[in-house]
Order: sequence, then C-alpha cells, then structure tokens
Amino acid sequence: MNKLYLLIFISCFYPGLLSAHEKIITGAAGTAENEPAVRAVLLSDPGNMMFSETDWMNSIDAGEASGPEFSAEDMKTTGVITGSDDADNAKPVSDQPGQNDTVMTGYGIREKSLVTGSIVRVDGASISSAPVPTVEMALQGRVAGVFIESLSGKVAGSARMRIRGATSVTAGNDPLFVVDGIPLATESLNQSGAAINPLLPFNINDIESVEILKDGSAAAIYGSRGANGVVLITTKRGISGDTKLNFTLQRGFSQPSARRNFLNSEQYIRYFEEAAYNSDRYEGLDPVNNPADYSGSWLEFARSRFERYSGWAAYNDPNLAVNTDWQDQAFRTGSLLTADFSARGGNDNLRFFASGSYTSREGILISNGWERITGRLNLDNKVNRFLDIGVSLSLSGTNVDQIPADNSFSSPMQLVALAPITPVRDKKGKLYNTPITTYYNSLIDTEDASRKISNLRTLANSYLNFRILENLVWKNEIGIDLLNLKENCSYGKRTESGEDTGGYGFANYGEIRNISPRSYIDYSGRSDNFGISGVLGTEYQYTVIDNAWLTGQDFPTDDLRTLSNAGLISGSSSERAEYSYLSWFSRINFDYRYKYIISLSARVDGSSRFGKKSRYGTFPAASAGWVLSREGFLADAAALSLLKLRVSTGLTGNTGIGNYSYIGLFGTDNYNGSSGLIPGQVPNENLKWESTLQTNVGLDFGLFENRISGGIDYYIKNTSDLILNVPVPGTSGNRVQAQNLGSMRNEGFEFVLNTTNTAGALLWSTNVNFSVNRNKITDLGENSLIDEGSSVFMNVAMVGQPLGVFYGAEYAGADPANGDALWYVNPRDAQGNITDHTTTTSDYSKAGFVVLGNPNPPVLFAITNSLSYRNFVLSFMFQGVSGNKIHLAGDSFLASNATWFDNQTTDQLNSWKKPGDQTDIPQARLGYVNGNQSRNSRYVSPGDYIKLRTAMLSYDLPGSFLNRLGLSGARVYVQGHNLLTFSKYRGWDPEVSADFMVNSLRSGSDFYSAPQPRTVLAGISISL
Amino acid sequence: MKLRHIIFSAIMLLIFPVSCDKMLDLAPHQNVSGTISLGSDQGVRKVLIGAYARFAGPSIYGGCILRNSELLGAGDECRWTGVFTGPRQIFMKQIDPANEDITSQWLDSYEVVSIANTVLSAIDMVNETDRDRVEGEALFLRSLIFFDLVRFYAQQYRYGELNSQYGIPLVLTPASRSEKPAGKGRDSVEDVYDRVIADLQEAALKLPNENGAYASSGAATALLARVYLQKGDYLNAGNAANEVILSGKYELLSDFKDAFNNDENSPEDIFATQITPQDQRSSMTEFFSVPEYGGRDGDIEILERHLSLYSPGDRRLSLFFQGNGAMRTGKWNNPYGVVSLIRLAEMYLIRAECNFRLGTNLGDTPLNDYNVIHTRAGLSPAHSVTLDDILLERRLELAFEGFRIHDQRRLHQEVGTLPFDAPALVFPVPAREISADPVLAGQQNEGY
Repeated sequence: MNKLYLLIFISCFYPGLLSAHEKIITGAAGTAENEPAVRAVLLSDPGNMMFSETDWMNSIDAGEASGPEFSAEDMKTTGVITGSDDADNAKPVSDQPGQNDTVMTGYGIREKSLVTGSIVRVDGASISSAPVPTVEMALQGRVAGVFIESLSGKVAGSARMRIRGATSVTAGNDPLFVVDGIPLATESLNQSGAAINPLLPFNINDIESVEILKDGSAAAIYGSRGANGVVLITTKRGISGDTKLNFTLQRGFSQPSARRNFLNSEQYIRYFEEAAYNSDRYEGLDPVNNPADYSGSWLEFARSRFERYSGWAAYNDPNLAVNTDWQDQAFRTGSLLTADFSARGGNDNLRFFASGSYTSREGILISNGWERITGRLNLDNKVNRFLDIGVSLSLSGTNVDQIPADNSFSSPMQLVALAPITPVRDKKGKLYNTPITTYYNSLIDTEDASRKISNLRTLANSYLNFRILENLVWKNEIGIDLLNLKENCSYGKRTESGEDTGGYGFANYGEIRNISPRSYIDYSGRSDNFGISGVLGTEYQYTVIDNAWLTGQDFPTDDLRTLSNAGLISGSSSERAEYSYLSWFSRINFDYRYKYIISLSARVDGSSRFGKKSRYGTFPAASAGWVLSREGFLADAAALSLLKLRVSTGLTGNTGIGNYSYIGLFGTDNYNGSSGLIPGQVPNENLKWESTLQTNVGLDFGLFENRISGGIDYYIKNTSDLILNVPVPGTSGNRVQAQNLGSMRNEGFEFVLNTTNTAGALLWSTNVNFSVNRNKITDLGENSLIDEGSSVFMNVAMVGQPLGVFYGAEYAGADPANGDALWYVNPRDAQGNITDHTTTTSDYSKAGFVVLGNPNPPVLFAITNSLSYRNFVLSFMFQGVSGNKIHLAGDSFLASNATWFDNQTTDQLNSWKKPGDQTDIPQARLGYVNGNQSRNSRYVSPGDYIKLRTAMLSYDLPGSFLNRLGLSGARVYVQGHNLLTFSKYRGWDPEVSADFMVNSLRSGSDFYSAPQPRTVLAGISISL
Repeated sequence: MKLRHIIFSAIMLLIFPVSCDKMLDLAPHQNVSGTISLGSDQGVRKVLIGAYARFAGPSIYGGCILRNSELLGAGDECRWTGVFTGPRQIFMKQIDPANEDITSQWLDSYEVVSIANTVLSAIDMVNETDRDRVEGEALFLRSLIFFDLVRFYAQQYRYGELNSQYGIPLVLTPASRSEKPAGKGRDSVEDVYDRVIADLQEAALKLPNENGAYASSGAATALLARVYLQKGDYLNAGNAANEVILSGKYELLSDFKDAFNNDENSPEDIFATQITPQDQRSSMTEFFSVPEYGGRDGDIEILERHLSLYSPGDRRLSLFFQGNGAMRTGKWNNPYGVVSLIRLAEMYLIRAECNFRLGTNLGDTPLNDYNVIHTRAGLSPAHSVTLDDILLERRLELAFEGFRIHDQRRLHQEVGTLPFDAPALVFPVPAREISADPVLAGQQNEGY
C-alpha cells in the first residue's frame, strides 16, 4: 500500500471538458422538490426559452432562484454548468451545441446531446427538500426503470434499489454508489438490529446531481461492479462571485401509513374459547356438555391462560376487564427537524462550497430514531495555467437509536401479538412481562434497554490536475472513505437479553478504510466537423474492514451501562476482512457534426475476491447515436425539435460475493475453552464474476420546441456465470457450494414523457415515466430449482421464473364439511406440467408446490404534475408499482385462525363455524396447525400500489418584500410524503421487505415490518 | 514541460499497476486454508476440537436432540406452549418435511460426521502416542450421531428381525473438497446398528479411561449399553452397563438434585456436552426453563399427569418448580451448565432391566440396582420389583433428559393415541435434502 500513497493524486472537477462549450443552464429551483421542468431556461438562447425572458427575470426578482442556485449574473460570468432541468432522463433540452446540459459519465462529463448510453441525471435541487433520510429514497419514482423501496418504516433502515431488474441470485443486486469519484464502501458494521442504511451519512442538500448509469455501455466503465448499474453522486462546487448563503429549516411530523384491525378483549376471549372448544371437539371431547371432559381440555387450558394474561384485571369481570390496543403501544407520532446552511462563492482562482446541516428524526415506532450532523467543504484552486488542485471533503456524524430486526421478540411491532386482555402495567406501574404477557413485552426495551449506533464518516477526494495542453488534462485523484462505528447496547435486568445474565452489555467498534487513488488522462477536442474526446486511466481500490466487540454481563444496576461495570466479560472478538481492485479503463467518443456519435470503452479489472485463474476480466462497451433531427431531410419538420436514436451494448460484472469465496477454508470454533478448526468453505479456484451483457436501443424526441419531449428505451440484459450457492447433500457436511452456474435475463422498456400543458400565467407541466421489466432465470445448471427449504420463507430461484418467486402450497379455502384447510394437490406429469387443477387435499404434505407470485414488481410508474401561478408552485407525484406479490409471513401467526394465543386480526372471526360454511378461513383450532403453514398462498397478497408519494405547495415571497429585508430569496412551503396509498394489500403497507430476510434472492416478505411513515412538514428557505 | 508531463503520465499509467499486482493477493484473517489445517499433528487435533464445538451446537447436543425426544414422545405429561412452530409441529406430530428443527438436526449432525471423518482420514498425521485417543474420540462422536439419527429418522429396530427398513446414510469418508459432493443413499437400520456397535467397540478399546470432559473408554461402553438396549439385545446391554458400573470411575451423588445444573461434569456424568458462558446457552435451558434462569418464555410446561407418577416424598418430585405460570422441570436451570448425555443412573437402570428380563444377576440383582436409584430419591427400599417398576423408575429418574420417545418406541408403548410405530413418530428426511440429493429423493419416510 505505501507505494500507492506516494504515487497518485488528484483530479479535478472536469474543467477541461467544460471549457469547450460554455453554457448556462439553471433550474430556478430553490429547494423545491420536483421542480417544474419548464423552469429550465437557456439564457444564451432566448429563442429556445419556454417562457419569456421577462417572466424569467421577474421570477428571479421574485426569489425563484433562491435556494442553492445562483443569480443569472453569476452564471453568465462563470459559465459553470450548474444544473439541469428535472428528474427525468431522456429529456433532451436541445441538440444544439452550446445549448445542452451535461451529464456525469464516470471519469468524465458529457453533453447530454452526445450521450449514447442510458444515463439519467437527477438534479440535486429537485430532491433537496425530500423528507427522506437517504438520497436513494429521494429518487423514488423519479427515474424510469429504477425500483426503489425502503424496507419498512423503521428510520435508518436500508432500502432496495434495483436498476432495470435484479441480475444476481447471490452476489447482490444493489448498484455501485460513487460519491465525487469515490466508489463507496457500503458494508454495514452494526450488529444490533438490521443493517443501517449506508447512505445515511450523506446530506441530500449537498448534492448537485445524481446520475444513474443504467445501460451496459454507460456502466461498463465501472467494469466488474457495473452489472447492477451505477449511481454517481456529485456534490456542489463553488462559483466565483459574491458569496451566496442559503438557509433552510424544516419541521414535520409522521404517522404510520396504515394500521391493522386486531381483536378487542371481548372478541379475543370469544374467539379463543371457540378455538379451544373446537380443538377439544376435534379430539372427541366435549368439555361444554360433558363436564368430565373439562379437566385437561383445551378449553380449560385457554381459560387458565386468560386468567394468566389478565394480570390484575379479570377477563370475565366487566368491571375489571381491560382492552389494550398493543398496536397503539408500538406506534407514536414521529417528528422531523432539519436545519441546513450552505455558502458558495469564490473568485477566478479559488472557489468554495461549504455547508453544514443537522437532521433529527423520531420514527413512528417507539424508541427508534436518528440524528445526523454534517459538514462539507469543497475547494477548487487554479494554481496557474497548468495546475488545478482541490478537494471535496465531508464529515458526518450519525447517531441511531436502533431497534431490533423484524423477527425479534423485542421488536416493537411484535407487541401486536400480545393479548388485548393484558394490561400494559401492573398496579404499581411496572410493565408486565411474561408470563402475564403472552410474549416478551418489548416496551421493557424502551425503558431498560438502549442500542446506540454512532457512525463517523469522512469522505475526501483530493485532486491535482495538470493541464498538459489546452484540452488535454492529466487528472490525479485520491479518494479516502472512512467509516468509524461505535455501537453500544445495554440491556437492563428486566429485558429479554438481560434477564438471565444480570444485565447484558455489548460494545462493538468497527472501522472501514476505503482508499481509492485514480490517475487518468482526459482529452477533448473539436475541429469543424469532428469532435473527439476520451479518457485513459487506472484506478486502485483497497478496502479493509476491522471489527472488535465485547459482551459483558452481571451489572450492579441498570444505570451502569459501560462494560467496565460488568461482572463478567462473557465474549470478545476481533475480525478483519480486506478486498482490493486494480483497474485500467479507457473511453473514446467521436462525433461528426453532432449528428453521428460513437463511443467505445473498456475496463480491465482485477479483484482479490477471485482465484488466480480468473482474477482479471475485461469489460468492453460500444454505443452509437444518430441525431435525426439534424438531418437535412427532417429540416422541414418544424414541429420536431429533437429526434435521436441511440444503440448501445456493454459488458459489466458483479463481484458482490464474499471476500474469500474461492479459497477452501477452515474456520474456528471453541469447545470447553479450547479452540478448534472447522472445515468450512469448499474451494473453487475457478470462481469468477458474474457477467452481464446489456444491449439498449433508445429514442429521444422533442416536439414543438420541446413542449413535448421524452424518450423510449428498450433493453435486454443477459447475465451469465451466475454465482450460485448450490445446495449440496447435507450428508457431505456442507450445505452449499459457490459455483458459476446459470444465467438470467432482464428485458424491458422505459417510457418517459414530459409535457408543458399550459405556459401562460399558469404554468402546468407533467412528467410521466413508465417502465416494464421482465426478469427470468434461464438456467441454473443441473438444478431447475434452488429452494433453501425454509418452512417460513418461500423465495426460490426457478428456471423460467423471475428471481425469488414465492413457491408454496396453493390454498383452496376451508372444507365446507369440516373446516379443514384444503390444498390443491397440483399433481405433475413427467414433464412437470400440472395435470389436474381441481383435486384438493387436507394433507398439507400432499400439496404440490406451485409458483405463487413475484416479489419484484415488473411494472413501475410515476406521474408528476407541477403547477405554478404567480408566486405559488404546487407539485405532486403519484408513484406506483404493479404485478408483484407480498408474502405475509407474519400472518401465519397473527392471522392464523387462533393456532396459538397471538392476538388475531379481526378478519379471522370469519373462520369456518358449521358444516356448509363457505369461507377462506379454516376452523379455528387452538394448538393445531390448520391452514396457517407459512408457505401458503393464503398468505400471499397482491402488492400493487399507487401512492401520492409527494405533494408540495410553496410560496415565494415577493421581491419588494425581500428587498426590504435584504434577502435575495425566501420560500415557504408545506409538503407531504406518502400521503395516500391505494392498494389491495392486506397487511400494513405494501412497500415492505422484512429486514432480516432480504438478500439477493429473498425479498417481499412482511414479518411484523413497520408501515412506512406518512410525513407532513413545513419548511422555509432563505437566500442571501 | 509538456513533454515531461506526457512521459511521466505514460510511465505512471504503465508502471503503477504492475508494481501493485500483489495487492490483489489478500489472505483471509479469520480462516486458514485446508492444507495448513490437516498437515500437522496439532492441526488434526484442533479439527477434533472443532468436531466437538459443532457437536455442542444448539440444534443437536447443545440440547435440542434431547428436547426433540421429549416433544415427540409427549402425550399428556408435558406440553409445548412456545411460539416457535418447529417444536410445536414435533409436539403435535404434524411435522412438515421443511421443519427447521428437523432440518438443522440432520444438517448439523452430518456436519459433525464430516468433521469426524476429516479427522479419521488424516489420522496418520497425529503423533503415534496420541493417535488412538484422537481416533477413538472421532469414532465415538460419529457413532453417537449415527445412533441418534437412526432413532429419529428411521423406524425402530426390531430385535430378531431383518431390519432392512431405511436407516440413515452411513457417511464414512469426508466429502471431496474439490468437486461437488455426491449424495449417499440410506443404509438399512441393521447396517447402521452394526456399524455403530463395531465403531463403539473399537472406540472403547482405543480411548483412555480418563479423558477429562472428552469421550473416554467408559463413555463408549456406556453408549454401547444404550445402543444394545435400544436394539433389544439385553445380554450385551447388561454386560456393557455392568462394565461401566464396575469400572468404579463414576459414582452416584448422594443427593439427586446435585446431578443437575452443574458447570462441570459431576462424578455421575459419564459424558456430557460442555457449555461455557462464551457459548450460546444450552437449548435445554432455553426451552425447558424460564427467563429467571435463562430460559425463553417457559416453552414447555410439565403437566399434572407426569407429576402424579411420583410417590409422595420422592426428591425427584421436589425438583419441579412453579415458573412463568406453570410447572417446570428443575433439571435445566443453568444456561451454561453441562448438558448431561449419559449418567451413571442410566447404567444401573439398564443393568436392572436386562437382568430382570434375562433372569440373571450379573453384577447385582435387579432389586438391588432398582433400590440404588429408588432410595437415592429419598424413598424407602422396595422388597420386590417387577419389570414395570423398573421401567417406571427409569421414566422418573431420566424424565426430560431426552429418553422419552426412544423408550416408548423400544417398549412398543403408545404415544397419545398413536401406536409406537406410527409414521408420524418418525422424522421425515428434510425437504432440502430430498431436493439436494437425488438419491434420497426416492427414500422419504412413509407418510411424508
């Protein structure tokens, strides 16, 4: 490593390329989320403006250009490209040289009109006020073909992001995130609860733009890590001129987006007595009519439980009965506070952007929250004609009040399982616990436990650019990405973990050091007709992850929480993992008269994660574009402002497997105080990355001076050499072996349409995006099915089906004769075709499993409308998904026709009662499994939804008023997030994936997962 | 200036990567490669410790293998009241082949078998002076696992019959580490018993008499006694039990309750799983005990019909306690105590039963052996004894220690309303195994 530090340095903020075509574009954005597209204005070409210059200048006066943007004057003088129009791709502003906006392409920047791959730019201003914790959540619904969902309503939790579908069964489907050139380490080090979101440290308001590289040719420059797409996050830079200050303040509240109906006390007793009696009758006893049967009966047992669960109350005494709504105990009104300031300015030689922010959020679940403080300084210094230096430096501290994973008894959501007849507290005010509560009362955690996760994240990218020729720049950068984690958990003597240990403590310290130097040459040139540009460079990345933890028990009192107070240090460990990449890359772009465009690129990647035989891979890509609207034969088509055809193909990889997966390993384990060795992983020297070849065809169009614009993309993504953990016979002592087997295909199209509906005093624009992705596993080697054989979770990989489909028994309702759960037998012939769709059985083990649904929505869409009138802007986005199913895994307990004492949802009251009843809910039989097996279509529900994802109304204070106050802009707004949900989903919220059961294969299960927050907030943004 | 830059940059681009090529060679920090592990005496002995470590896992000898016997054998003497569906299915005799508990019991068992086989395959690397011990321990662990697997996943052995019914796969060599491991079909019950007995006999010869908390010669002989008894071979069972008693290495504690909840083996323990605070709590505590002692919610309640089997004054009765709203057994209240797998009391009861059945007095009379156990419980000595007395004594003495279903099947007793050989009382071959192993796919147990 040391050599490295000596070597490299530096680069740039791409000034070289920019000088060629200075252009000025801005969104009159302010901090508005979802800025109307039509506010993009080209000052240098008044003819192309969508509304008059007078309007524009008025709006500047009126403070429209407040927020992180700049005055027109600044832009004229600096020529720095500052922003694009809106959040959608394929929205060509114009194809005229000098009039385009640009996009980041990875190690470079390119005019949008010359882009031949599928790259979407989302402007920072359009997402800056989003009341979401992380940037990827702010992109939800804004980019065609990109699926983004937060796992649940827990704050600080992870999100799933899938660009054009999943490509992998085991190696991860999350895109590569690159922040200011640094490939981000996204490993999570916390051990309590589920992994916290790795993007939590980043302040959305610092972001200038987010580029999403969707197709093979765009992502191939990131080679072995590009298969799931790449997200480039670029932060704001300084602008020479007077220093501009911006302040924003947001305050808001959240509520759970949904609640479910559970039995009240009266219903609970009635229903469970019925269930107990049914079980007795099922066993041939009749404790009601035959008193001799009562002793030892289920009915007696149930009543003894009611007695127990009632605590000081009395379930059968109306005066002493209680009716606890445990769901209410789990939820609370969450809150949100954000305060942010930024300053940007400088002169011709030194420019800066500085910002600071504080965010705090209390979740909708008790004792769940986070806060963050960030600081940033981005500096660019022009030393002389030849030399530019600079840095992007950010620091961030995050504190998370973590709650346990969804499957934990101490997760607040699991409170809903407790009986409504149980009082929350005893007469002395102490929280009840088992045996009075049915299960652990996780409210005890709120009082006596804490799980504090504290992250410090430092990101620094320094650059040193040598301008060898006017248009030839040698860029050197070194990126440093540091994450320090402290995790301190303490569990008092009454908590689940602390009860038998006299109090329990856990301290975990972790660090990620991710160092990435880059060096590359950037050339950009143009003669009259020909444009040529390109990069050639090398990059190295070394990441080391260290982790050390301690556990202790036997604390003198609950108030002493550090491990120095522990009577016994019961466990400790330290661990280290490393990986590295070594890469060379190159890209060359040609164009002829901006009309015919060709781009070629290649990356060679070496990775420590693979054996010597397959350590290096080459990832080439090619793309071409043809701007038809510049052809003479279309010159007469006056209505046509843009027509561009794009074709691309590119090869990318996925290395998201374990760090040492190719090595045969012995692990360690202890017995009786001695250390031992365990034969673990089976070696596979031939293991290599998964490869994805993606071909994309796209068409961009603009009509009537781009009042109507949009694009269509069609792609085919073929992934081969899937790394599969192939189940092997357990008698071999192993469970799985990693092999490169199998292939997967994604095919889809994306459609984007932007229209300006009215352009008078009332400005109304609409953006629509719609995409369909068909994912299909085409080969799994000699297996046709990879089923991990869980009885609770049912995502499988199956040839001919989308990744992770639910596979289980097909439920046929309750037998009208006796209330037994019935299953379709679904017998198959030798070819595997189902031969009979009607025969049913009451024996679950005779039910042939069938595919019950796809957890990943194939259809994504969003419609955004923006209306502005005078100083008001109203914008709102409806966003939805369609075609997916959700597995209500938790319902096999909470909607299980009283298989056990968990409180039930009220729909279970409709269970089978008497012969002849036609119902979907089998007879309630306490203690018996009757139709509540988890792998069961009864617990699969449609996941389609349409949400009013955002709605915002803003008002810009008038210029006259601002002048008196000495402000250059001020905006007040109210905003809602997740305001409405339209869905047939039976559970809480269809935007869900249980956090302990989510990986490449598994997703789409709801297991006591928190509903999403519905947030309403008010904000103010002031510019000086 | 310009030229120098160009040259410099070209050199940088070319040389920098080459000099760093070694940076892609990163070795793991928490693991070592297979060749290092098996290449030395020390390495192989550490792999043996690894076998014990996995053997002590929660889903097998960390406790669940005992719990599963009690739940599967449970009629109306105890009740599963926990939320976990896996154990509930076992308790209700409604076992789904994908049941997590029966799946992990199978997989974890075979993992230990595989580690033991790895030790046996590299036994020549062990120093000669220590080789017999290492080999004996590996054979012992493997035999114990095979025996328990065949008891759970196959129909009961029938003495004097052919016993060609499906047993379990007898895997005797470690799987290839370089190619995809092949499956292995099920051997017959007869073959499994033959192999277990042969290996235990060899282990008893090779193991030392004293071996700390690890398997000793006495442990192998005691296990043999249990295997013969399960088979119905009372002569050999009695002989083996007698040998263990006469060895004098083990002694009954004067107070029954002292035999339980010990941090280390008591003089009565012939073999026990060692659990330390660095490990997960024992699964027996987890499920049989209550939060006060480190249990879960009190997932298993002991019912009156069991408690009513004891005579008044029986000290074993007073070990039961009221916890979390129901009666609990007091045998498992130390989450980090040893999980006793074989204790001396069992040997007395085996010898008494075998002598009684055969009409012999090997070692001692059945009455005397019976009274040894009976009086230790604080009861006055009996003057005569029947087979039923001995079997009841066994049931009370060894209650909730993992004997229940195996005794019921051996003694052809009904379980609830099910006959002893009901298919529902045999675990299915786990579903994941049926799908991962084409050989096993056609060998599922009846009724699944």
